[in-house]
Amino acid sequence: MKPRHKRLAFIAAALTGLVVAIALVLNAFQDNLVFFFTPSEVLAREAPLDRTFRIGGMVQEGSVRRDPKSIRVHFVVTDGVAHLPVFYDGILPDLFREGQGVVAQGTLAGDGIFRASTVLAKHDENYMPPEAAEAMMRARQNLSPEALVSDTGPAAGDYR
Amino acid sequence: MSDDAIRWMKYSSPRNFYFLAGRLVPWFGWAAVLFAAIGLYIGFFVAPADYQQGDSYRIMFIHVPAAWMSMFLYLLLAGYALINVVWRIKMADVMARSLAPTGAMFTFLALWTGALWGKPTWGTYWVWDARLTSELILLFLYLGYIGLHNAIDDRERAARAASLLAMVGAVNVPIIYFSVQWWNTLHQGASITVTGAPTMAWSMFSALIAMALASWMYSIAVVLIRAQAETLKRERFAAWVSEVVGDDGSPTTSRIRN
Repeated sequence: MKPRHKRLAFIAAALTGLVVAIALVLNAFQDNLVFFFTPSEVLAREAPLDRTFRIGGMVQEGSVRRDPKSIRVHFVVTDGVAHLPVFYDGILPDLFREGQGVVAQGTLAGDGIFRASTVLAKHDENYMPPEAAEAMMRARQNLSPEALVSDTGPAAGDYR
Repeated sequence: MSDDAIRWMKYSSPRNFYFLAGRLVPWFGWAAVLFAAIGLYIGFFVAPADYQQGDSYRIMFIHVPAAWMSMFLYLLLAGYALINVVWRIKMADVMARSLAPTGAMFTFLALWTGALWGKPTWGTYWVWDARLTSELILLFLYLGYIGLHNAIDDRERAARAASLLAMVGAVNVPIIYFSVQWWNTLHQGASITVTGAPTMAWSMFSALIAMALASWMYSIAVVLIRAQAETLKRERFAAWVSEVVGDDGSPTTSRIRN
């Protein structure tokens, strides 16, 4: 074996060991690396219900109810399967919309309502001009109700 | 060794590298200016506003190429580090060392523009999600590489220590890239992948590609300039360097351009 082959073998072995070690560490910390839990995970009690955690999903269409006298707001976060009601007393980000992604930090109260202390808008990876978005909305409204049920949409798939 | 290999090996000689790089730099520099002009024009005047974010999405024309370059330059740096440690080719260390400041700059740019985009879009400058945290670690890896290389006086030992750090740190790059798939993150998934169509309008996409090409050309130009300077410093006792620089130590520009 030439010296440079020895060096190459040593580096290959060391890097392989390192990759395995990091893969094991990341796997062990899987739960802590998760930025948010989906409503399905919360209802399956996979989230740390005894302390502050984050939930993520879509704001359900037609679920936002604002208190006219204050900035308090109620809405429902959904991942397409499970739904979680959220209460928030604070300023919502500009991109907070029905049907758009959202991440909320807070605690789950005994009554099953998530009390958020922070609400962030989660943007999806789709960028398009307003005219294209309008055309898509029109196309979606023309669909029959049966087609809507099977239509999960491009953004809903992000919330695994 | 074949004739082709010998012809390519000649560029690993410092002298040949110096003069070849000197000829290439203006081409890449002007290409960078051209692509940046095209990209910024399309990005600001042709590409429409986004249906959700309005105009603030235009930050991505800087942010996305910067993030790509930060990861790609690190892989390149680690590759040169490997060549230096295994084959002991000194020019590989010159290239690795010259790549580091540009990579660190693009990493900082990606983090900074990302923060400016995050505030209007998400509602926060910073969150500790997997994508943002691993990109921050990349910045520390670049700074650690630069620091380690400068901290050790003996150049060969410095190069070996810093190269090992660079290779170990390369593990972080796939973590950055795949973090948005492996974990739930606030950062959205990739809009542009090798497979599959880009999830954005064509004019937005073309501005992004032009800016990415500009970043490439800029990186090649400045890294070559830095590598030229590093070569002159390391070869300062060689006869060809005193021809280029002149006896009084000031560069004789007419000779540099030959």
